[in-house]
Amino acid sequence: MTTDTIKHGAHEDQAHQEGGNLWGGGREPFKASYGKLMMWYFLLSDAFTFSGFLISYGALRFSMPTWPLPDHVFETIPFYSGKAPLIFVTFMTFVLIISSVTMVRAVQEGHRENKKGVVFWMLLTILGGITFLSCQAWEWTTLLAKEHVSIHRNPFSRHMEAGVYLNEDGTPIVKDGAEETFKKGDSYLIHKHDGEWDLRKYRVTEGPDAGQVKQLAFGPKAFGALFFFITGFHGFHVFSGVLFLAIIAINAASGVYVARKNGYEMVEKIGLYWHFVDLVWVFVFLVFYLL
Amino acid sequence: MSAHLSYEESKKVVFKGLILLGVITLIEVFIALFGNGHVISGFHLPKIIMYPMMIGLSLYKAYFIVYEFMHMRYEVRGLALAVLLPMVLLIWAMIAFFNEGNAWFNYRDYVRTKNKTEVKTSIQPQGDKKPAETLEIQEIH
Repeated sequence: MTTDTIKHGAHEDQAHQEGGNLWGGGREPFKASYGKLMMWYFLLSDAFTFSGFLISYGALRFSMPTWPLPDHVFETIPFYSGKAPLIFVTFMTFVLIISSVTMVRAVQEGHRENKKGVVFWMLLTILGGITFLSCQAWEWTTLLAKEHVSIHRNPFSRHMEAGVYLNEDGTPIVKDGAEETFKKGDSYLIHKHDGEWDLRKYRVTEGPDAGQVKQLAFGPKAFGALFFFITGFHGFHVFSGVLFLAIIAINAASGVYVARKNGYEMVEKIGLYWHFVDLVWVFVFLVFYLL
Repeated sequence: MSAHLSYEESKKVVFKGLILLGVITLIEVFIALFGNGHVISGFHLPKIIMYPMMIGLSLYKAYFIVYEFMHMRYEVRGLALAVLLPMVLLIWAMIAFFNEGNAWFNYRDYVRTKNKTEVKTSIQPQGDKKPAETLEIQEIH
């Protein structure tokens, strides 16, 4: 400051003191470090990317006369052949919430400069991330290999009119002494037998088309494309998060951040990213599985 | 950050967060299953009741994650505004695109019939005027 006074004179120095040093450095904007602030801005832009995807899901769903019911599509769980609607994705949500909590603990231990604590809680977070990815792999495998949903074809849909399923000769199918009927809005899945789609025939019993014989139609194919693209994009975030967590955990264990003496700020930054992944899942869970 | 809360206090916040997020998720799933007739068979809740409840609970979860887990509560006001205010733009994005989706739905039948329409053009000379083109539109059923 003394050299400044000599150079610019008293008048300019006064202006300098009033606000000049805000631009001259020495004070952090928003009282956050550069890395943390930029992580926030990255997450903001990422939030817009995900919002764009989820809003396009909404627009396409609004444009379709029918849409598969989530608690019919997502009703499978491992090791149990019966129906368990939404149970598996609820478990996946819990895995992500718990890994978020262990991440908070890692950041807290970082503030105390407790190396062992940071590494321990980060390893648990990585475990949570890997568990989530494994669950997603199982979910995708079920949809792709067993139920044959792809980005080109979606065999899940809902009936748009009431009717009764027919045999090959045109008579109603009778099961357990009752005709196999369905109501408007009931869900169905077109099965694949020996590589052939089983497009069952039915007679419409209500509405303007009553009496007509029709075949089951595939559901909106946008459903499969949006599901695999959006959950895949989220899963890729989880995957890259696990990689970064692993790198930072190794760094922390080797003592890199002890020397920096900044309260394990790197752990805090990857923590922000990891919570964001959990945050996005809140909305992916809402639009794909709940609504 | 931790400067605002003691270590023991912030550990309690974490535990509270775990319980809170877990319970809200369970409530959401219960609403979805109850409303779609999986709890009491044949009993359905109207979507106009189900959807706002589930969206509201999800927004509360998002608020809690950002403000407690991501420590937005302890950042300066300017940082919070710089990150959160741009999200207001999404309200317009939702109104615009959902409205657009609805319009695609309403025009679906119209576009289908238009696609089946065959347009025939024929040229009829009229005196010394230039040959005028007339369109004959025929619907194919």
